[in-house]
Amino acid sequence: MTLNGILQILGYLVVLTLVTKPMGIYLTRVFDGERAPFERILGPIERMIYAFCRIKPDSEMNWKQYGRAMVAFSMISTLAVYAIQRLQYYLPLNPQAFAAPSPDSSFNTAVSFMTNTNWQGYSGEATMSYFTQMTALSIQNFASAAVGLAIAVVLIRGIARFETDSLGNFWSDIVRGILYVLLPLAFVAAIFFVSQGVIQNFKPYEVVQTLEGTGQTIAMGPVASQLAIVLVGTNGGGFFNANSAHPFLNPTPLANFVQMLLILIIPAGLTYTLGRVTRSQSHGWAVYAAMMILLTCGTFASYWAESRGNPLLPQNADQSTLGGNMEGKESRFGITNSVLFATVTTGASCGAVNSMHDSFTPLGGMVPLVNILLGEVIFGGIGAGLYGMLVFVILTVFIAGLMVGRTPEYLGKKIESYDVQMAILYALIFPLTILVLTAISVLGEDFGLTSLNNPGAHGLSEILYAFTSATGNNGSAFAGLNANTLWYNTALGAAMLVGRFLMIVPVLAIANNLARKKRVPESLGTFPVNTALFTALLISVIIIVGALTFFPVLTLSPILEHFQMLSGQKF
Amino acid sequence: MKDIIASTLLILILTASLGVVYPIVVWGIAQAVFPFRSNGSLIEHEGRIVGSELIGQGFLSERYFHSRPSAAGSGYDASASGGSNLGPTNSKLISRIQTDVEELTGNDPTVRVPADLLTTSPSGLDPHISPAAAEFQIPRVARARGINESELRRIVAESTEAREVLILGEPRVNVLRLNLQLDRISR
Repeated sequence: MTLNGILQILGYLVVLTLVTKPMGIYLTRVFDGERAPFERILGPIERMIYAFCRIKPDSEMNWKQYGRAMVAFSMISTLAVYAIQRLQYYLPLNPQAFAAPSPDSSFNTAVSFMTNTNWQGYSGEATMSYFTQMTALSIQNFASAAVGLAIAVVLIRGIARFETDSLGNFWSDIVRGILYVLLPLAFVAAIFFVSQGVIQNFKPYEVVQTLEGTGQTIAMGPVASQLAIVLVGTNGGGFFNANSAHPFLNPTPLANFVQMLLILIIPAGLTYTLGRVTRSQSHGWAVYAAMMILLTCGTFASYWAESRGNPLLPQNADQSTLGGNMEGKESRFGITNSVLFATVTTGASCGAVNSMHDSFTPLGGMVPLVNILLGEVIFGGIGAGLYGMLVFVILTVFIAGLMVGRTPEYLGKKIESYDVQMAILYALIFPLTILVLTAISVLGEDFGLTSLNNPGAHGLSEILYAFTSATGNNGSAFAGLNANTLWYNTALGAAMLVGRFLMIVPVLAIANNLARKKRVPESLGTFPVNTALFTALLISVIIIVGALTFFPVLTLSPILEHFQMLSGQKF
Repeated sequence: MKDIIASTLLILILTASLGVVYPIVVWGIAQAVFPFRSNGSLIEHEGRIVGSELIGQGFLSERYFHSRPSAAGSGYDASASGGSNLGPTNSKLISRIQTDVEELTGNDPTVRVPADLLTTSPSGLDPHISPAAAEFQIPRVARARGINESELRRIVAESTEAREVLILGEPRVNVLRLNLQLDRISR
């Protein structure tokens, strides 16, 4: 660990904190009926879209109508992505004449992009035409992010509203999310990225003679426009296989800094929106603080582990000059930015990577894994992070209520058994999916284990990471695992669907139930949700739930590998 | 049914606007304002394109500075980016590094090799090496080219890129640009 490294990390955290409030205010204005920014320019476009799609934006929906609209939209999205992939050979903008990906791979990718996971069993530059990237994958980068954002907004409305069953209009939430939030941010970011060296063209792959006279084929494409929304929407699916490690996707340290900021800007802003809409700004900051503390601890833990390097390397490999374990890390980012990016991208459900998590030291790589296992609530994916965190808030309020022996209250509402049941359901579906599917893969000698790139305890980490990433809708990988097989394409596809929809349904149910409640006046017995004590309790609940569930499997994977590495064992 | 129709129409209009118009507008601006960057930062040398400033390439000759090992395709394949994805306890990783160390040090246990010359980058296309890795190669390149080491050290220092905004990133040397500079000075 170096002074410069620590300064870089702290600098990032400070800038993130500074943008939280303006972003939060902006989001509130878009979704909460206050006069939206840029209404004059974007308003007519918005109304045109409503007219074309025959949408009545002002008709309020209850939770079932909202849910049905969301499922319909997701279904049509999946079909569109699947169809475009299967037909890509016959569609335009395919200069490398790529054939269609296999049906199981196309299914996996369609589900992956629709659920905001962006798990990639394929390699971008060897599989997808420019047309597929632009019209199938990029559209879902916008749409799936807007859906996540909408669900978070609905839950916030459920908390803020009283004695009603109307939670907003799905269509208008989606359109406004894309038009007022995602598109402007993505557009500005795309132009900035080009200035740094990210490519944006439709040329066939460039074939050059290198300085020493050998041939080199350089993949091209409309990268910048896609990269921008991939980050802003916490999608994470790289245009090229190497994702944000590729110099065409992430050419400079400055570009890298902006990428990390874009990943967390909306999730962080949403905590401020939460406070503003529920008229309890200090509660918003208390939630923010819990996320920030977990992010900071994770970053420094991973930084410490990676800085120590790999003790198995020969004595005269000089790891200290460059600051640690350099396998799978780019020179321009070094240890610090690789570790910070890894923590940020897994805290959020982004999943873009600028280093290979598979090659991290066992404990360094355990941090990204644990970030996802905790439920992606450390800022979390756009929208998904906040609603996941609010489920933990409900559990925390409930547990605090049990401690003092009173009916728990949250922002003027009684938390009753139905709310807690739904919260527990949310908290159980996640580990159940991960652990069962991991166990099946480990037992499947001819379909689960054949995909491994690494033997020993690290192999278990690869499989565990894959199902964690899919169920958590993250999309990053211990990329050694060859997941483009029938079993992994299907099982991971199913995990992504469960991780998205079976978790959104309890959230909508909670939103509905909360919105119907009467206001309960605050009393002496109310547990305040805007104090440091609350933040500490919230963090404890998150860690206890995560640790109790996953500690056994973690001891068999990264923790075991760590001690094997220290004792000099290789596999 | 109403939902299905609205979804289909919305996906259609999104595909047309975000899938086609948006990338083309970005492309138009990019080509107008940053043509060099948006087309891949391709470098011309003696009348032909020799590669991209941002994409690393492999060098074998003694007369050139060498890049990091690469796991992209068969090495620096810019149509198959990717890392080794070998875990820290994988014996394939350890023995690969052992072999490289022996080659680079000539089995001299006192020589220390900067780790980036022994490790693969995640993209397999890392265009840079660390200043330490450049320093390590100076004696070899100086010998092969017949220029003195201090002269070479000055050239390396000139092509070393500093951190951005004072603290961001790591100091680094662009290998292709450095080697081009060498070719301009001594043929």
